[in-house]
Amino acid sequence: MRKWASLEESVIRAFFLTCGILAVLVLVGIFATLLSTAVPAFKEIHLSEFLLKKNWDPTSPEKAEYGILSMIVSTLMVTGGALLLAVPIGIGVAAYLSDVAHWRVREIVKPIVEILAGIPSVVVGFLGIVLFGPAIAKIFHIGNGLNAVNGSVLLAIMSLPTIISISEDALNAVPQAYGEASLALGASRWQTLFRVKVPAALSGIIAACMLGMGRAIGETMTVLMATGNARAFPHGFLSSVRTMTANVAIELGEVPYDTTHYYALFAIGLVLFVMTFIVNLVADVILRKYQEREQ
Amino acid sequence: MNVETGIAKIETRDLDFYYGPTRALKRVNVSCYKNRVTAIIGPSGCGKSTFIRTLNRMNDVIPGTRVEGTILLDGKDVHAPDVDVVELRRRVGMVFQKPNPFPKSIFDNIAYGLRINGMKDKRKLEEVVVRSLRGAALWEEVKDRLDENAFALSGGQQQRLCIARALAVEPEVILFDEPCSAIDPIATAKVEDLIETLEKSYTVVIVTHNMQQAARVSDYTAFMMLGELVEFDVTEKIFTNPVNKLTEEYITGRFG
Amino acid sequence: MKQARRKKIAQFLGFFLLRAGLTLVLAILLLFLYDIGRKGGGTISWEFLSQAPRKGMTEGGIFPAIFGTFLVTLITAILAVPLGMCAAIYLNEYATQGRLTRLIRLSIRNLSGVPSIVYGLFGVILFVNIMRFGTSVLSAGLTLGLMTLPWTITASEEALKTVPNSYREGALALGATKWQSIRTNVLPYAVPGMLTGTVLGLARAAGETAPILFTGAAFFLPYLPKSLGDQFMALPYHLYIMATQHHQIEQVRPIAYGTALVLIVLVLGMNMTAVVIRYRLRRKRR
Repeated sequence: MRKWASLEESVIRAFFLTCGILAVLVLVGIFATLLSTAVPAFKEIHLSEFLLKKNWDPTSPEKAEYGILSMIVSTLMVTGGALLLAVPIGIGVAAYLSDVAHWRVREIVKPIVEILAGIPSVVVGFLGIVLFGPAIAKIFHIGNGLNAVNGSVLLAIMSLPTIISISEDALNAVPQAYGEASLALGASRWQTLFRVKVPAALSGIIAACMLGMGRAIGETMTVLMATGNARAFPHGFLSSVRTMTANVAIELGEVPYDTTHYYALFAIGLVLFVMTFIVNLVADVILRKYQEREQ
Repeated sequence: MNVETGIAKIETRDLDFYYGPTRALKRVNVSCYKNRVTAIIGPSGCGKSTFIRTLNRMNDVIPGTRVEGTILLDGKDVHAPDVDVVELRRRVGMVFQKPNPFPKSIFDNIAYGLRINGMKDKRKLEEVVVRSLRGAALWEEVKDRLDENAFALSGGQQQRLCIARALAVEPEVILFDEPCSAIDPIATAKVEDLIETLEKSYTVVIVTHNMQQAARVSDYTAFMMLGELVEFDVTEKIFTNPVNKLTEEYITGRFG
Repeated sequence: MKQARRKKIAQFLGFFLLRAGLTLVLAILLLFLYDIGRKGGGTISWEFLSQAPRKGMTEGGIFPAIFGTFLVTLITAILAVPLGMCAAIYLNEYATQGRLTRLIRLSIRNLSGVPSIVYGLFGVILFVNIMRFGTSVLSAGLTLGLMTLPWTITASEEALKTVPNSYREGALALGATKWQSIRTNVLPYAVPGMLTGTVLGLARAAGETAPILFTGAAFFLPYLPKSLGDQFMALPYHLYIMATQHHQIEQVRPIAYGTALVLIVLVLGMNMTAVVIRYRLRRKRR
């Protein structure tokens, strides 16, 4: 009976371990799949040409071109624009919730911010078309509002919940003694908040922004619907842009299997994977360092 | 150290314990005699809780720890490969520092240990629950509300509930890890009385930071410091005529 | 005196700015919900919810899309929920501090940051091609399942962490085996939290579009999927099509709005359910 029990224990343990290891396998699997499917693309394309050339025209009858620089720049532009909007607002809201707002306000606002996080990206993209697009067109006197600005605004809205909630956690983790010490020296609450608490929570706030950035880089549907998807190299925030994610979404459905074009789309996926992986890893390292210091 | 002999229920030989690189116990040799109460005293951080938790291998669950030396239960090494740790813990019960009732009814708390050991017979369960509660001197206070959540009890009652819960699985040894440090003086007196009655049927080991408590309830006392056993003897002798200077200084309250 | 006054003004302006930021965020959300609610509300009818699209998707309802989303989410749940809970149990209850555990945790944290379209690419290779499930509701569900897995693991682990250690130790000290202590004295108290986190993860999966674009979602199907090998219509993909790909885009705007409303109600409804589960079971425990 006892023997059976201990056998049972090891079987159960092994079962749960397998489930845990599966997570590693999925990550390795994603990377391996992307890599192995992307590699054939580089039989025909030089890596430098792929990353540094502006023209992407895989279906050209004369000479197919596979440069993704325009898309990389578009992705960075839309993401950068989003952060420009979302970081100050996000930190401001987090600071307000953690230090200024009445606890009742906080109890109400926090779930509302979660609702914002719960809105599917395709709905946000749709609103980009029907709400923000026409508004942007009117403000800047242009033909249509499907451009980088629109994408930036939408991505800002989508990364706000992440930035707000993680920054707020970081601010709440600042020991109360810091703030009290500052107040006791005659500083106002405002000065204490931005000269003592925000600097003390800075690494957590930076990590929050990086996680928001990771989300913005990888977001597909919103930018696909709201940025116009022109292949040309962007000339400014009012140009229509096509990000890496949008390009994959547009072309993968129509591309013939086992062509350089097909593999090149997976190569774009690989670039995306590596970019977000690095951003998330850095955020992770910052957050963990920070938590260790707290303990 | 020569101590009057009895039957040693538990005996440790050169027991070492490590938390990672830190050595928390150094060559500890203690014997706990059958039907006697053995108290372990010493300043905080001296390793007394670590010591008692090695006896039922409760420290196994803490990652990065290691035991060296021997612990004998009825002359048999508890780390021997054929010893089942689960069975060991059933035989060597434990009451923790903070009362830790489960968020279940009083009845289910006591019946828990029996049920996980496969007992289903309802009448038998009831019988054991009643007997255990009586044994822990709690029956009179809770007999009308066995279905209530155990959290509804006071701290002292919760601790006696935990003792009853330990009794229900019919252990041979009961380990008390500072059982009164989280409860009030009146409840403490009740638990102390209880420990003295338990002595008749069980081997009891109690860790305490309270020297009066050790003097009141125990037959033998071990004084530990910095992971080492300083002195082990009959309680009376330790408190009236200790051999070691450190022991004397500690019991007279010069440090600790 | 002057100094103090200046400080006060700075603080007033500062707090005003922060409050304005918060108001802006809330206003955006309200604007979203209001616009969709008002313009989508007019489209919603029993017919819209219960019938298939007609006349080149310019009329009729969205029932196949609702059904498809339901079905694909079900497959997602079947993969992600048990696996996620088990992995969390391993990490929180069994794992020892070591290289393997660190690797697993690192993988999970990074998996949750992988873009959804990359999951879609992975699904195309693994499920559609290698496993030969084709573009089907099964492939799409499994892809979404993998995407949801890191969320369910993280949420379940958080829930397990809230169970005090004394429950585990107390059970072990009474001679329970490890699994007994987990099953009888940890899981009962962690399951509400695990369920809440899991349902939140599923809600996100139900609203995702990118992973199903190439793994099984169909533009239009005159029938419901009959087996797991069939393609399916899904609400988010239907909204995408109605908003950008339809040839009479202005004419089908009401349908797009209606679809958006149904999708939002579904996703937020799942979120609410999660919160209600948590609240209910918590109260029951007391």
